[in-house]
Amino acid sequence: MFIIVVGGGKVGYYLTRELLTSGHEVVLLEKDPRRAAQIADEIGSVVLNRDGCEGKHLAAAGANRASIVAAVTGDDEDNLVVCQMAKHHFDVPRTIARVNSNKNEELFRRLGVDEVINPTRMALGAIEQDIPVHDLLHLAQLSTGDMELVEAQIEADSPAAGRTARDLVLPEGCILFVIIRGDVVQTVRPDTAIQPGDKLVALSRTDCQDEVRHILIGERAETPA
Amino acid sequence: MRTIIVGCGRVGAGLADILSRSGHEVTIIDISTQAFNRLTSDFPGQAIRGDGTDQDVLRRLGAETADYFFALTEGDNRNALAAQLARDALHVPHVVAKINDPVRAAAYRAMGLAVICRTDMLVDALARYVGLPGDPRAGNLAGETPSHAVEAR
Repeated sequence: MFIIVVGGGKVGYYLTRELLTSGHEVVLLEKDPRRAAQIADEIGSVVLNRDGCEGKHLAAAGANRASIVAAVTGDDEDNLVVCQMAKHHFDVPRTIARVNSNKNEELFRRLGVDEVINPTRMALGAIEQDIPVHDLLHLAQLSTGDMELVEAQIEADSPAAGRTARDLVLPEGCILFVIIRGDVVQTVRPDTAIQPGDKLVALSRTDCQDEVRHILIGERAETPA
Repeated sequence: MRTIIVGCGRVGAGLADILSRSGHEVTIIDISTQAFNRLTSDFPGQAIRGDGTDQDVLRRLGAETADYFFALTEGDNRNALAAQLARDALHVPHVVAKINDPVRAAAYRAMGLAVICRTDMLVDALARYVGLPGDPRAGNLAGETPSHAVEAR
């Protein structure tokens, strides 16, 4: 597959290396001449010292035959423009943008970016995993934007504890998916009994997460000091 | 008429002055307070320091009820982001982005954005000066040039 990566920071550099290792054809666009030369020294002549936001440079990189354009610079506005140019000007089938501000995630999707990667949200998710708040953990947002994969940690005082999956009536469009008990992952069947310590992974509509939390883990705990 | 201008460079400041003098309620926003030195000393509008590509900042400034939104920073990409934010998330009826790279300008025009491109305009003006027909796209805001825009209220 032919992939154009825009932005030779840490993300772009490692992404390019991994893609080359897996046998893909890759061109990396990096506008800073020193950074471009440094990467070229390490991974060879796949680096173009050009600004990927400019149409003619995307064209020179071969955008009209690229399967994927991944814009991973540190600037949201640059990543958006690269993806929109790739999509609308070069008909690239799949565009991927890194966003750094959570606020831009939905807008980028709405503006036609196929895949939005948000490192801030990922780090936030990882931090939430370490905080014992009784809340839903957000695992992933589905590309449509209105469905999310969430995880509920079941405690002894959770309303779901001691009940079977059949008894838990979730809002329409929300599905219990799998149950993680210790190291074992199993699909949820109607007669699966929920125990304290279980983690339930559910597919939930974004607008009914409060209800899902209420049914599975009860009210939000006080914010820990 | 309520107008939001992002970027207080020469173009932004000049437009802010002329619009506010003709009765527009103007809010101009820039990430640097120094930029506001370009405004006339008796500028009657609001000059706010902030990031015009941040939708929360724009909402707080009342962008959702604005009639006009001009993205006039020195960065083409920042203008493209701010303008699309205003159009698609804040639903401002009239949005213009300054995009000086002609390739990018053409691409965003094709996507339906009202774009003003300094390069195209200068080339057009100079070509006309030597008697050539000029570039029809220059200065054309894709149907976004309502005549009431500069009428005083």
